Amino acid sequence: MNEQATTAASNTSRMIEMRGLNKWYGDFHVLRDIYLEVERGERIVICGPSGSGKSTLIRCINHLEEFQKGDLTVGRLPMTRDIKRIEQIRRQVGMVFQHFNLFPHLTVLENCCISPIWVQKKPRQEAEAQAMQYLERVQIAEQALKYPGQLSGGQQQRVAIARSLCMHPDVMLFDEPTSALDPEMIKEVLDVMVELAHEGMTMLCVTHEMGFAKTVADRVIFMDQGQIIEENAPDRFFSDPQSERTQLFLSQILGH
Amino acid sequence: MTHYKEMIPERPAPHRSIGPLAWLRTNLFSGPVNTLVTLAGIVLLYWLLVPTIQWAVIDANWLGSNPEDCTSAGACWVFIHARIGQFIYGLYPSEEIWRINIVFILFTGFITWLGVPGLPYKRGVAIVTLLVFPIIAYLLLHGGYFGLPRVSTHRWGGLTLTLILAVVGMVAALPIGIILALGRRSSMPIVRSVCVIFIEFWRGAPLITILFMASVMLPLFLPAGVGIDRLIRALVGITLFQSAYMAEVVRGGLQAIPQGQEEAAAALGMSYWKRMGLIVLPQALKMMIPGIVNTFISLFKDTTLVMIIGLFDLLGIVQAALSDSRWLGFDVEGYVFAAFVFWVFCFSMSRYSQYLERRLHTGH
Repeated sequence: MNEQATTAASNTSRMIEMRGLNKWYGDFHVLRDIYLEVERGERIVICGPSGSGKSTLIRCINHLEEFQKGDLTVGRLPMTRDIKRIEQIRRQVGMVFQHFNLFPHLTVLENCCISPIWVQKKPRQEAEAQAMQYLERVQIAEQALKYPGQLSGGQQQRVAIARSLCMHPDVMLFDEPTSALDPEMIKEVLDVMVELAHEGMTMLCVTHEMGFAKTVADRVIFMDQGQIIEENAPDRFFSDPQSERTQLFLSQILGH
Repeated sequence: MTHYKEMIPERPAPHRSIGPLAWLRTNLFSGPVNTLVTLAGIVLLYWLLVPTIQWAVIDANWLGSNPEDCTSAGACWVFIHARIGQFIYGLYPSEEIWRINIVFILFTGFITWLGVPGLPYKRGVAIVTLLVFPIIAYLLLHGGYFGLPRVSTHRWGGLTLTLILAVVGMVAALPIGIILALGRRSSMPIVRSVCVIFIEFWRGAPLITILFMASVMLPLFLPAGVGIDRLIRALVGITLFQSAYMAEVVRGGLQAIPQGQEEAAAALGMSYWKRMGLIVLPQALKMMIPGIVNTFISLFKDTTLVMIIGLFDLLGIVQAALSDSRWLGFDVEGYVFAAFVFWVFCFSMSRYSQYLERRLHTGH
């Protein structure tokens, strides 16, 4: 009885759990024995050289990539190959992409409403009111009736964040959200992400913005060649990197 | 030393003086070669156009009802005039032609309603057009119900038949084509192979062969006494043939949509059909408009091939009229008329598609 209660408690505070995740592209071993636990409300930054598997890792969480071995639990739901389960998990997990991936044939407002209306079956008016609320939060409400093609990259990415939030996700995944942006637009997107972090959203961010990692991350994870090489609190991670590869990586991205 | 510049105020662009003369000089007479080409073009146009207009308009005979009324050297449009009823309605009994007219009027009305932007109830009208109108059209044209005398399909012909074949072919081929294209991209091996085999089979055979098979071979395989109407067989053949082409056009459009679109839709929890129906297909269809209309136009012209199985579409009936012994020797007029009618339909489709493309453009 007591035991059951404790496992239930630990289940509610644990958001994501990966146990021995392995993935191959053909013969290429992209993810090797990944063990990762993310608590509710935790902010995690994942960094590493390109091709290290960091994007693949977070794309496994909403099954945009399939892994071949290991266990993954999101919320309380174990990931299976069952399409209903996958869709159930995706409804709890928001994702922001490097190239925004807004729907160009829909207005900003429609982008934010389409899933609440069609997936969550919300009445249109309610979905629109809620979308306007989130668009206001990312400070782009005045553009609601424009098409994505008429917005700047930074504005598009903020809309993409609002679109994800409209589904009320438990976790937000960010896949290099600022890599495709012009330098002067990075800040407006990071500001939104920082605000989101302060509100207690569980976040996994693949990013090279080390300033962001220092201000909001609870943990920084360094990946190389499909493995988690090092994971630490940001101050320790930057001031005292343990492995040689981490040191090399940090010297390369902070050195100039 | 500090060095900075004041903002330069905005200035109007330099004035461009392009009057008609300047336009002529820059576009038609900009050098000796261009001048020569321009002059040659004018001569060629003159040489082609003047006799054509002379024949078709100036010297043409417009009035009358007999071959004897055609006296001058130009075209004898009297022939077309005398036969126009047959060209449009085929061998449909003349006292029942009002039924075809009602179908024409209804069809034009529905299409106009759907095609003109800003009219209300588009969705309702679309559903009526797709589901209710075909039933009304069939009941009216075929008859045999509600006291309407039955007109069997072998009396259908002319432009009416051409339009029936083309419209049914287009409307039925598009959804089948979409399903086939999605199936060909499916990750399920059986679905994929069935679609690939279907598409490649129908695309590989000439339409003439398919119509022939439908009309000559198919009855051999059916049990004795079971007959399928010739028109239905032609319709099924044309539809399946066109849907294979349509599938490839649609597949091209689907491939042009970035993978990220489907991923973003999936990440928002949408199921496969929602991803396709709400995100991928609307974008792909917009891109495919030129390809789809191109297929429609070629289908519209391909309907003339039904002549081979004894159906008299517009061209077939014109040809039949040419062999009337009273009206011998008006082949050119007949074919020019048929070509003109086909051209008007195809050109309108092409213009409408260009207009649609511009209207649906959302700046991406």
